Amino acid sequence: MLEFISRLLGKESASSKTVAKERLRLVLVHDRASISPAMLNSLKEDLIKVISKYMEIDEAALEFNLLQDDNEVALVANIPVVKMKRDYAIKG
Amino acid sequence: MGEVIVVTSGKGGVGKTTTSANIGTGLAAAGHKVVLVDTDIGLRNLDVVMGLENRIVYDLVDVTSGNCRLKQALIKDKRFANLFLLPAAQTKDKTAVNPEQMKVLAAELKAEFDYAIIDCPAGIEQGFRNAIAGADRAIVVCTPEVSAVRDADRIIGLLEAAELRNPKLIINRIRPEMVKRGDMMDISDILDILAVELIGVVPEDESIVISTNRGEPAVMDKTSKAGEAYRRITKRITGEEVPLMNLDVPIGIMDRLKRLVGLR
Repeated sequence: MLEFISRLLGKESASSKTVAKERLRLVLVHDRASISPAMLNSLKEDLIKVISKYMEIDEAALEFNLLQDDNEVALVANIPVVKMKRDYAIKG
Repeated sequence: MGEVIVVTSGKGGVGKTTTSANIGTGLAAAGHKVVLVDTDIGLRNLDVVMGLENRIVYDLVDVTSGNCRLKQALIKDKRFANLFLLPAAQTKDKTAVNPEQMKVLAAELKAEFDYAIIDCPAGIEQGFRNAIAGADRAIVVCTPEVSAVRDADRIIGLLEAAELRNPKLIINRIRPEMVKRGDMMDISDILDILAVELIGVVPEDESIVISTNRGEPAVMDKTSKAGEAYRRITKRITGEEVPLMNLDVPIGIMDRLKRLVGLR
């Protein structure tokens, strides 16, 4: 009955446009995150370069992935550190 | 020195060609010297929308490949002496032109015209890359449907990657009565998602079908709502500030009652 009245008053609970907007939001999270392997690789190389300024890392054991689930995307990097660089340890 | 504006969308059938024809005609009506360029090689249509299909001798590919001079391929509009069309080739395919050639053509057009409006083909392949190659600005057309908005998002990303920053959005074929009852995404829903600047909203309008039947852009029809929307968009392109059209429709109690009993 309450729903009947609210529909009569023009207040919709879940209109189809809301559904459309929600579906778009989710699909775009995935679309926008789908970067090319070449770009992912260049991001990885840049990251290695930056991190290597501060610490020695094990490049062979490095894991680097873009993970997606239903409603979020995460960049997951597992970077084993061999040792800190001495000059930065002193300055820091 | 003129400006090259590409009209693009990703998805087909959202109104790129209609938009190009109306913007071009609107700019010409305002006194600017305009050329419309159809880059949809193999599927040309801007000629029929403009009602100029019987006058084609040379086409875009003839110009870019040096078969003829630009002036020989330009078709003069029926209504405006300062409006021209460079038609696409119909018998070749998109690879008959490359982006480098389009850049050269764009430079030539800019020297000659105030505005060059490039009608882009659907898709994101070479036809798209050709169309955007020489452009200074981009207008993205989308309809209030999930498929069109998704493709517009992809196109906006590709435009920005190609250094065409700040593309402007036209929301086409919006149906105010559907928006009102919550069955169609409204302007703010779409802007929320796409995060670009809006340059116009065009209502769904039967007069577009009629004007396309006749080959006369609706922008010249003073009684057409879509025509009014395109007149406003034309002004915004030239830098004028004009308010959005009022698309509000009142929903009466009878409509709600009809919906309740399933009549609509």
